[in-house]
Amino acid sequence: MQIDAIFLHIGVVLIKKSEMNALCKTLCDFWDSSIGKKLIVAVTGVMLVGFLIAHMAGNLLIFQGRESLNDYAYFLHHFLHGMGIWLFRVGLIVAFVLHIVATVSLTRQNRAARSEKYAHEATSRASLSSRYMIWSGLTVIAFVIFHLLHFTVRIDPDLASMKDPMDPSRHDAYGMVIAGFQNPVVVLFYIISISFLCSHLSHGIASIFQTLGFNSKKTRDPFHKLGLVISVVLWLGFLSIPFLALFDLIGDGEKDAPVPMEASVNTELLFRC
Amino acid sequence: MNLTLKVWRQEGPSESGHIKTHEAEGIPEEASFLEMLDIVNERIIIDGGEPILFDHDCREGICGSCSLTINGVPHSKDTGITTCQVHMRRYRDGDTIWIEPFRARAFPILKDLVVDRSAFDRIIASGGYISVRTGAAPDANATPVEFEDATDSFNSAACIGCGACVAACKNASAMLFVGAKANHLNLLPQGAPEKDQRTLAMVRTMDGEGFGNCTNQYECEAVCPKEISSDVIAKLNRDYAAASAREAVD
Ligand code: HEM
Ligand code: SF4
Ligand code: FES
Repeated sequence: MQIDAIFLHIGVVLIKKSEMNALCKTLCDFWDSSIGKKLIVAVTGVMLVGFLIAHMAGNLLIFQGRESLNDYAYFLHHFLHGMGIWLFRVGLIVAFVLHIVATVSLTRQNRAARSEKYAHEATSRASLSSRYMIWSGLTVIAFVIFHLLHFTVRIDPDLASMKDPMDPSRHDAYGMVIAGFQNPVVVLFYIISISFLCSHLSHGIASIFQTLGFNSKKTRDPFHKLGLVISVVLWLGFLSIPFLALFDLIGDGEKDAPVPMEASVNTELLFRC
Repeated sequence: MNLTLKVWRQEGPSESGHIKTHEAEGIPEEASFLEMLDIVNERIIIDGGEPILFDHDCREGICGSCSLTINGVPHSKDTGITTCQVHMRRYRDGDTIWIEPFRARAFPILKDLVVDRSAFDRIIASGGYISVRTGAAPDANATPVEFEDATDSFNSAACIGCGACVAACKNASAMLFVGAKANHLNLLPQGAPEKDQRTLAMVRTMDGEGFGNCTNQYECEAVCPKEISSDVIAKLNRDYAAASAREAVD
């Protein structure tokens, strides 16, 4: 509840006083209501799922080779003069924070609403994934922190300093990914986290349609299946990379012999020029 | 048949309750579940004990009074029936049966298995009506209603307000009940003019009563004796969003 209050306060401060009362009341009512908060969870969920699909598609460029992935990484960091990526980041952070604040608050209310448990508890049809949404979600937070430090902030100087052998002025995202997944413990952590994330989505995606009110007798089943398919595709797409990198199945095992590879690529580049 | 009952016993609203074991011996197969409890109660009274308190009225599945959670499932695991329609032939000699009240913070326990469901009445009072007199039943087809709408509305109107949906929900959410009651009126020409007002008021009262939030697990639908579909929840979500938006613009 306190987090909610702080959150609303920030929102209110940003709005002019004259317009404040009416708009604030509507916003406050919406945020305070069960359905309003759930709608926020669903809309931010759509944004996060959209990001995941795009992120996976981008990552899969690694299978086209170093040039494709590094071009893509370069593009991400430089479109709209480097502003583009920050627009995306700000949007994502806002969605992520809203999603977390709303779901933590909803979960606390839900626990309070069923304060006295059944001595003999039974479940008719709720899936395991649906019952542990808060835990799969909280694992995602831990994962996101690790992942950002690993590949975005690059706290490991060896990963941060890698240069593209074809164009040493830019960072070698391709080499970084391959090198970053040489540690089996890191790969195991990725497998566990992405599995939790996909469990989250196996319930979450189908939920979006119900929460946003698109469901009917006819569509509920297809939407549920769509959610499962997207979750499995994301699981395979994301995990193929750390898994294949660990077993040297991406590229041609060049990480074992970086120097000759660099040389050969450079000559290739020379010829092309 | 002989059964072991694990029954929730609680002296009063502020007392703490506990599970008490009662032996139910020589129960005829053709007895209903509530008749089985009647038999057990008669014996308790003869022995000078306090009978097990439970709610019931019509005993034919129409009033919505009976309210037991049987082996963890409101109205038992048989679908589409109320507790009063459960029969002992569904159990076997030697079975242990757990009998608990409908649990939710918004349904405080009054005594033993009896809970206070007046929160539902307050939700209805906040919007589950129409404000104009409709007079006598209109002539058939005088007010045209789409077939789909008539069917949906009629199915929603089948809700008997028993509260099993709340009792089954992991979050004690009342969305199936409120969805059914709002949808019933929102779909009809008589109810449509007050649709926004009704939807907002009923949802706000529901929230204020301390029910939880729907997490789309559909446990409610599985136990509803009238088999209300959770489509009414999707509709309620949609109507609430639209009503909020219109309220913000006004
Ligand atoms: C990339 C990250 C994430 C994605 C793609 C995602 C996606 C989703 C989606 C689509 C839903 C269903 C929305 C609905 O009910 O209609 C959902 C629900 C939920 N999310 Fe997330 N989520 C993410 C991160 C998190 C995090 C970090 C938490 C941690 C608190 C979390 C906690 C929850 C909970 C508890 C629900 C269930 C809410 C409810 O049904 O009431 N999620 N998520
Ligand atoms: S929706 Fe079904 S379970 Fe809920 S109160 Fe109505 S009849 Fe009972
Ligand atoms: S006693 Fe009336 S519905 Fe069960």
